[in-house]
Amino acid sequence: MRSRNNILKNIDWWTILIWVALVLLGWISIYAAIYDEEHSSIFDMSQKYGKQLLWIGTAVLLALITLFTDYKFFPTFSFIIYVLMIGLLAGVLVFGKEIAGSKSWFQIGSFSLQPAEFAKFATNLAVAKYLSGLNINLKKPKTLFKVFLIIAIPSGLIFLQNDTGSALVYTAFIFVFYREGMTGGILIIALVTVFLFLLALLVNKFIVIVGLALIAVLLILVIRHTTRNIAVILGFLLLTSGFVYSVDYAFQNVLEPHHRTRINVLLGKESDIHGAGYNVHQSLIAIGSGGFSGKGFLKGTQTKFNFVPEQSTDFIYCTVGEEWGFIGSSMVVVLFLILLSRLIYLAERQRSTFSRVYGYGVASIIFFHFAVNIAMTLGLFPVIGIPLPFFSYGGSSLWGFTILLFIFLKLDSSRVNIL
Amino acid sequence: MQTGKVYENRKIVITGIFLLVGLIFIARLVYVQMIEKKYVLSATNNVLRYEVQYPARGLVYDRNGELLVYNEAAYDLMVIPRLVKNIDTLEFCSLMGISKDEFETQLKKVIKYSRHKASVFIEQISKEDYGFIEEQLYKYPGFYVQSRTLRKYPKPIAAHTLGYIGEVSPREISEDAYYRQGDYIGKSGIEKAYEDELCGKKGLKISMVDVFNRVKGEYMDGLYDTVAVSGNDLYLTIDAELQAYGEQLMQNKRGSIVAIQPETGEILALISSPAYNPNLLIGRVRSKNYKALSEDTLIPLFNRALLAMYPPGSTFKVLGALIGQQEGVLTEKTTYPCAGESALPIKCSHTHNSPLALVESIEQSCNPYYWNVFRSIIDNPKYGSTREAFEKWRDYLESFNLGITFNTDLLVERGGNVPRPEYYDKYFGKNVWRAMTIRSLSIGQGELLVTPMQLANMTATIANKGFYIAPHILKAVIKDGEKVPATFEKHITMVEPKYFDPVIEGMRRVYSGEHGTARWYAPDSIQMCGKTGTVQNPHGENHSVFVAFAPADNPKIAISVIVENGGYGSVYGAPIATLMMEKYLLGDFKKPWFEKKMFETNLLAGN
Repeated sequence: MRSRNNILKNIDWWTILIWVALVLLGWISIYAAIYDEEHSSIFDMSQKYGKQLLWIGTAVLLALITLFTDYKFFPTFSFIIYVLMIGLLAGVLVFGKEIAGSKSWFQIGSFSLQPAEFAKFATNLAVAKYLSGLNINLKKPKTLFKVFLIIAIPSGLIFLQNDTGSALVYTAFIFVFYREGMTGGILIIALVTVFLFLLALLVNKFIVIVGLALIAVLLILVIRHTTRNIAVILGFLLLTSGFVYSVDYAFQNVLEPHHRTRINVLLGKESDIHGAGYNVHQSLIAIGSGGFSGKGFLKGTQTKFNFVPEQSTDFIYCTVGEEWGFIGSSMVVVLFLILLSRLIYLAERQRSTFSRVYGYGVASIIFFHFAVNIAMTLGLFPVIGIPLPFFSYGGSSLWGFTILLFIFLKLDSSRVNIL
Repeated sequence: MQTGKVYENRKIVITGIFLLVGLIFIARLVYVQMIEKKYVLSATNNVLRYEVQYPARGLVYDRNGELLVYNEAAYDLMVIPRLVKNIDTLEFCSLMGISKDEFETQLKKVIKYSRHKASVFIEQISKEDYGFIEEQLYKYPGFYVQSRTLRKYPKPIAAHTLGYIGEVSPREISEDAYYRQGDYIGKSGIEKAYEDELCGKKGLKISMVDVFNRVKGEYMDGLYDTVAVSGNDLYLTIDAELQAYGEQLMQNKRGSIVAIQPETGEILALISSPAYNPNLLIGRVRSKNYKALSEDTLIPLFNRALLAMYPPGSTFKVLGALIGQQEGVLTEKTTYPCAGESALPIKCSHTHNSPLALVESIEQSCNPYYWNVFRSIIDNPKYGSTREAFEKWRDYLESFNLGITFNTDLLVERGGNVPRPEYYDKYFGKNVWRAMTIRSLSIGQGELLVTPMQLANMTATIANKGFYIAPHILKAVIKDGEKVPATFEKHITMVEPKYFDPVIEGMRRVYSGEHGTARWYAPDSIQMCGKTGTVQNPHGENHSVFVAFAPADNPKIAISVIVENGGYGSVYGAPIATLMMEKYLLGDFKKPWFEKKMFETNLLAGN
């Protein structure tokens, strides 16, 4: 009795409100995306929107179970849960079913379960547990290496499943590490790397290298002329040029053709309208045609919609754009921003490192999905399969994110108990 | 933990990055949804219609460039039920030439499939009607015409080889996502074997249509359209004239003719009789005709040349002679006695002098001779056991491609049957059997089975004196205007070339010798070589079998003929083979007395 009262009093209702809003909006969007006149009831179980209701119901159950679990359970069993998930990730490589090129699913009867979605919160728990240990200092290379390993293992296994998108999610932890003391320089290096990477693909490598050389010359002219400074600048020039060159090489000779095409399409170098560019082009038409206020609920042109593949999963945002226009699509962006800001605020008010690290993990993971998924639909990022949290169709995805979030809500509601 | 407080300011950086991304998105949304016109479709809710542009399927020619298969345009009337509103049904029906009942049944059927996906309403409107109908279609929202190509055959020949096309099945779609429902795909024969070459690449035309389904224009001025790429044309190895001639010779008979060019393995003619007119299996009438054909008791759809298996009979003796020489148990000078009808353990069906040597044994097709040859191969003391010798004998046969398939572009073929030692073990007891037990193999009977294709290939191998190129149908593909010849594997048998000479001489004497079993048919101008076979048939009359090649030196054609229930090999097999070879080598030739007889013989009457 006492614990239940505590929960109700201390739980963050704002976050739950946003969670409910996103889930419901997602459900309605799935309905609109797949709408089939012959199965017009939103509760029709033979259609994805009916099934999504099932996932929502069970997600609510999972949320409740999580909230009623003793908060101490999570730090205590972090590593065990983590190891179990690693086991499942390895297992799916052997026993799993291959769908659309990725071997990421367990098939149990007519049910499909994707362990990669659950590995996210498990890894988050493990990272939080590790970083909450005594004398952990992320400025020490050895510590950084160990925590990097914790995220590299699940990421690597998921990569072996051929699910590149989900594997990349783990790079989001860089925000967590940064918050916990990792050198800011690494974050800058990461951002610069991504920037240089895109630049190397977009622009001829020689131009980039010449550009870098010009920057180097400029720097040399401007700063103090010590041998050391010049050496450092020249060193960086060499490093970045080498990087640009190897990116170009890898792109031409290592990357598989369909990845190459996707990136080229994204960068506007190719307009493969009916292959890789198809999805993006259709997506932009869908979103663009929504105009300011959208076409209205269920009025998105169906014929066209049959041509946005994965419209209930990866490209669910298109439905929002087409039917609710700028008003609707920016509202979704704002909702996510509010959620993320709220999560950081909650994370900061935690007394224990474990809870704070975990909280940042939740925000980072959700941010990564939000950023990449919407960027994909807007033609700002290559198409890799990443769902929009709480929105996209899918049981495993919804359950995974719900558990991820509610563990944190539980930890937050019990923060007063932690000394 | 102190890290909490020390780095607390970093929350600003992180939150800042999150907000920055969000801002970028909002800016992008402003651009895409409110500024860039190309993504905003007209306010009148224009819809894009994606019209697949079907490519012209590759044409098929015979080896000399004669057209075998071409395309004809056909038009399907498509409908999207959801868009069908307020049409004058009576007027529509009279325009289309259907009854009101037919209209309603069809519409119901299509609605049951889907209300908002396009379906075929009327298949293949004729070319003549198309123009007129197209003009009037604007009156009937929801209906439009989609053009397709159908196959047409100028001559009703080579139906089995050419094959046919049909609508792609769900399984075929799952195997290759290029195909969508309603697409055509090769189902048999060349159409299937070379589907990838023939099908070309679909194009796409994106038009803007208004709520009445009227085309308003090209989307983005056709920027995103792709042109259909025609399929590649094929040149087959088949000689159309020879094929037609052969089909005429085989009319009203059951059986097959296979003719190969020995040097190259190119199949000059592939005939299975009874055959059918390929024009029966196109378009609307295909399923009805297919059903009728498949229920025909004479099984015209069954390609006998590749699938029917027969004991080779006496034609097998040539192999016996070759193996015997290679194994060292037989030479040109080896003689064996023959007691004719009373010979044991196998009696001879011919009366001839005794004893006789190798060449004469072929000329006169002596059974006891080959029983002796077989026995000496199997009982060869070089091998420790019957089993070992038999396995070696089996290897020889496989090197002539008996008992195995060719795996070229024939698609469906059988490999015949060469019994394995395990089979005899099971039947007689392990290692109990001897040459005597399995003696029927020596004269090409017993469990030994071959297809007409294998027999023709064996004959080509003899013509080549010891090697064959895997028999195939494709001669060349036209890629980007260039004729690219097809290449197939060369196989060398286990018998050295020198051992083929006496066998070839024997086969020559079948035509030219005093006692040759085909001497009545020998033409004046060409030296031919052949071998008769009279295959025992437990269910009726024996099968008339003949293999041959010509000219004797520098052979240009090798052929196998099987006429079911034709009796002796010399009665039907030999004359038909001779006529075919003369036709191929001479083109126009003086008709021998037996040509008319072959055309007119009907072995099916009374079935």
